Amino acid sequence: MYDALLAETVTIAGHDGDEIEGYLARPMVEGPVGSVVVIHHMPGYDAATKEITRRFAAEGYAALCPNLYSREAPGADPDDAAATARAQGGVPDERLVGDVAGAARTLRGLPSSNGKVGTIGYCSGGRQAFLAGCSLDLQAAVDCYGAFVSGQPPKDFPLQVEPIIHLTKDLSCPLLGLFGKEDKYPSPDDVAELEQELKAQGKEYEFHNYEGAGHAFFAVDRPSYSPQAATDGWQRILDFFGRHLAS
Amino acid sequence: MCTYLTAKTEIAGSGKGPKGYFPLTQAMVYVDHPQHAPYEHTVNIDFLNPAQGPSARVAVELTEEAALDLVEAIREALASAPPGLASARTAQV
Repeated sequence: MYDALLAETVTIAGHDGDEIEGYLARPMVEGPVGSVVVIHHMPGYDAATKEITRRFAAEGYAALCPNLYSREAPGADPDDAAATARAQGGVPDERLVGDVAGAARTLRGLPSSNGKVGTIGYCSGGRQAFLAGCSLDLQAAVDCYGAFVSGQPPKDFPLQVEPIIHLTKDLSCPLLGLFGKEDKYPSPDDVAELEQELKAQGKEYEFHNYEGAGHAFFAVDRPSYSPQAATDGWQRILDFFGRHLAS
Repeated sequence: MCTYLTAKTEIAGSGKGPKGYFPLTQAMVYVDHPQHAPYEHTVNIDFLNPAQGPSARVAVELTEEAALDLVEAIREALASAPPGLASARTAQV
């Protein structure tokens, strides 16, 4: 099997046409192939997230991870950029939607595209993947332990973030949710609340809640990594994208 | 999402980053997931100069015990010096 892939830093047009940085990884095939917008976690556009992006390319998808902190900290190390974005209250929802729309546009514009685009996000990106699925024309969305889709942020929370469960009615695509039962944000109650609303709105969804896993169980470079949850989670993701994004 | 309260304070002094010393104007203290320390949560302190951009940052990630020990050590060091010796109000020569 021919398995070459190309991964590179690119500039794309994000929200309001702003030029932002992104990491694009794609299989070197004529296509048609499906595409994935990867939304990085709060610690930023880092090496681990680029590795995830390359994994999607190795699995046969064109994948693009926009650097959501391009504006606050162009060229800065991912951890410095994340600290700056955090200090400024995080990424505004409207801008996030514009940046994911720009990434989806870039992916659909590739000659190898089959026109289908999904999104996946981790940590704060999980909420943002849900938000993108409710705001844009996408074919699949994966929420990996995103907090504050449902549930209220604690008092004095530093990020300007509001629950967005009321947007569930606008969800344009099937949703896969992967959560740890030991997580506090989102807690199992928050996850149950979202599930109830998805049911009430008649939306297609699939949730998996992992025993013994907390927040960030996919993060291979952090102590939160849970091999059992992450291995099963990757299989669920590839199965889900295979059904909704593959040609 | 994975963050809790952030305490922010104006500071005066200098810090050493990858490109050498720079003036510090702000410190952020928060309990959150670390970037590097091998713990789920740590006390993170960013010493910053926002006017010089995101890279003007000295970051430390400490365990709760280490952070409290550090507070004690700072108090002890200050107590052993004449009051006001390191104060911003003391004329520097």
